[in-house]
Amino acid sequence: MKPPPKHAPPRIGSTADLRSFQRMMATAIVRPLTSGDGLQSRWIDGRPMERVAAEFIKPNDRLTSFERLQLYNRMYWFRLFDAIRDDCPGLLAALGERAFSRLAQAYLERCPSRSFTLRNLSSRLERFILDEPRLTAPRTALAAEIARFEWAQTVAFDGEARPVITPAHFARTPPSRLRLGLQPYVTLLRLRYPIDTYVIAVKRRDALRSEASNTRGASAAVHRAFRRVARPRARRTLVAVHRHNNRLFYKRLEPAAFRILEALAAGRTLSRAIAEAGPGVRPDQVKAWFKVWMTLGWFCAFGNKGRRTAS
Amino acid sequence: MPANRFNGHSDYGIGIGLRVPHYAHILSKKPVVDWFEIISENFMVEGGRPLELLDRILEQYRVVQHGVSMYFGSADRPDRTHLRRLKALVKRTKTPWLSDHLCWGSVDGTYTHDLLPMPYTFAAARRTAEKIRQIRDYLEIPICVENVSSYAEFHASEMTEWEFLTEVVELADCGILLDVNNIYVSSKNHGFNPYDYVNNVPHHRVGQMHIAGHTKFEKYILDTHDHPVLDPVWKLYAHATRLCGITATLLEWDDKIPSFDEVHGEALKANEFIDGAKRAAV
Repeated sequence: MKPPPKHAPPRIGSTADLRSFQRMMATAIVRPLTSGDGLQSRWIDGRPMERVAAEFIKPNDRLTSFERLQLYNRMYWFRLFDAIRDDCPGLLAALGERAFSRLAQAYLERCPSRSFTLRNLSSRLERFILDEPRLTAPRTALAAEIARFEWAQTVAFDGEARPVITPAHFARTPPSRLRLGLQPYVTLLRLRYPIDTYVIAVKRRDALRSEASNTRGASAAVHRAFRRVARPRARRTLVAVHRHNNRLFYKRLEPAAFRILEALAAGRTLSRAIAEAGPGVRPDQVKAWFKVWMTLGWFCAFGNKGRRTAS
Repeated sequence: MPANRFNGHSDYGIGIGLRVPHYAHILSKKPVVDWFEIISENFMVEGGRPLELLDRILEQYRVVQHGVSMYFGSADRPDRTHLRRLKALVKRTKTPWLSDHLCWGSVDGTYTHDLLPMPYTFAAARRTAEKIRQIRDYLEIPICVENVSSYAEFHASEMTEWEFLTEVVELADCGILLDVNNIYVSSKNHGFNPYDYVNNVPHHRVGQMHIAGHTKFEKYILDTHDHPVLDPVWKLYAHATRLCGITATLLEWDDKIPSFDEVHGEALKANEFIDGAKRAAV
C-alpha cells in the first residue's frame, strides 16, 4: 500500500480523493495493536492519534473518533490472527503461543494480504521465517518446514486438478521423449524433520482437546494433559502432500522414488527421470511405484506450473 | 414484487446460508429448502472438495451467490483475476443474480478483509456505480448491492446512508440486497431512525433481503450473525416486506452455528411476516 496523505481529504470530490481517504483509513486499520489490544496512541508522523482520527471520523454520544477507528483496527487483527492460527496449527504448537503471535504479527505487518481470499494468507510465511530467523530462533529450520508443509496442505485441499495422463498416452510416446507433469495439487517435500507425523499428532491433540473442552466440568488437569506434542527430532523425510478422492493425504516416498518424481516435475523425460533413481533400483520397483502414482492420478501433461518440489 | 429484473425475475422464497457444519446433514437428509446462499469466495478455487461439495448441492438445490470481497466502493479498479474466477463460478452455479456489499476493503491491492463503510459523497457514488456497471457487464447477470453495518461515520459525507445507496443504485441501475439487520445495527450505532432508511430506498429495486442476529454491547452493537433474529429486526423486516413486496429472504447465521433444523426453523419464521404482508395487500 502506498503511503497515506499527511491529512485525510476534508472533501471527497474525486476518485483521487477517495483513494487518499482509503489509504489513510486502511493505514490506520492495519497498524499493529498495542499490547493492550488497542489502537496506537501516535500516528505515523508522531501526532496524537485522537487528533488524526478526529480529522476524518465523526464521534457520537458514546464513542470518540479514536474509539470508532479502534473497533476496525481490532477487528482487522483479530480476523487475520484467527485465519493464520486456523491455517497453521502445527506451527503454533511448535513455537508456542507467545512466539507464534510475535511471528504472525511481524509477518502480517510485512506481508499484508494481497489476495481477495484469506485462503492465501500464509502463502509467503515460509519465506518470511527464513528471512527473519530471529523471530523463530532457535527453531527456524523446523518452523520453516512446518510452514511449508501447512501451505502444501492448503494447495492439496483445493488446488487445480488437470486431466490425468492415461496409460494410452504412455504407450503412444517413447520414454526418451515422454515428459509428465505432476498435478498442481501435489507437493513434493524434502524435509529435515518428520513434519507429517508431527502435524498428525497436533491435529489429534487439538481434536481431543476440543472434545474435552466441550465436556461440561472438564478439569484444568484434563486441559493440561493435552498441552504439548513433543517437537520432532531431526530425521530426513521425503513426503508428497496430495489429495485423493478429495481427502488430504501425506505419502512417504523412498529416496529413489522421490528422485524420479522430482526429475519429472523438473521436466526431465521419463527415461532420464528413471535413470536419476540410481543404480540400485530394480525395474519391478519402479514399475510398482508408477502403478501406484498412476492409480492416484498424480500425472498430467507437462505444463507451465514450474517445479513442484520444495527442499 | 416476488420477482423483478434485479433478481433475474426469479421467484425464490426463504433461504439459508450454506455452511460447513451443515454439509453432512444436507447431503444425507436432503431437507427441503427453497434455496441456499453461498459465499462466492469459498468456492472460487481451482479444485478439490469445495467444488465437489458445491456440485452435489447444485444437483438438488437452487443456489445464489453472495460475495464479500468485490469492494464496489474501493477506488482500485476491479481485479481481473477475481472477475474471471467469479464468472466461472457464476456459470457453474447458474445463480440468477449476484450480490456483494456497498463498501470498500482494499486499497492499492492490499486487502483488509473487512466491509468498510463508505464516505457518502457524490463522487464516491459515481465511482462506485461505474464499477458496478463494469462488473455487471463482465459477469452478464443482475447485481444487487447490500448495505453494510457500520461503526464509523465520516466528516466528508454529503448525504445519509440511504441517500447514498439510492444514488449508487440509480446511477448503476442495479438492485438492492436490503439487509434489515444491518440497517438496525447502524441505526443504533449512528442514531438514526431505521424506518426512515427503509421508507426512503427505491423499493422497486430490492431483489433480496437479509435477516440476522446481532450482539449488543454497552456503547455499540456488533453485527455478529451468531444469534436468532431479534424482535426489532423482525418488525423492520415486516415493514420492509410491506413496502417492497414479498422478496427472496436469507437468514445469515455465521458463528456459533446451531443445528441445521434450528437455523432453518429460524429462517422460516419470516413466513409469518410474509403472510402478514399478503393479508395487508388484500
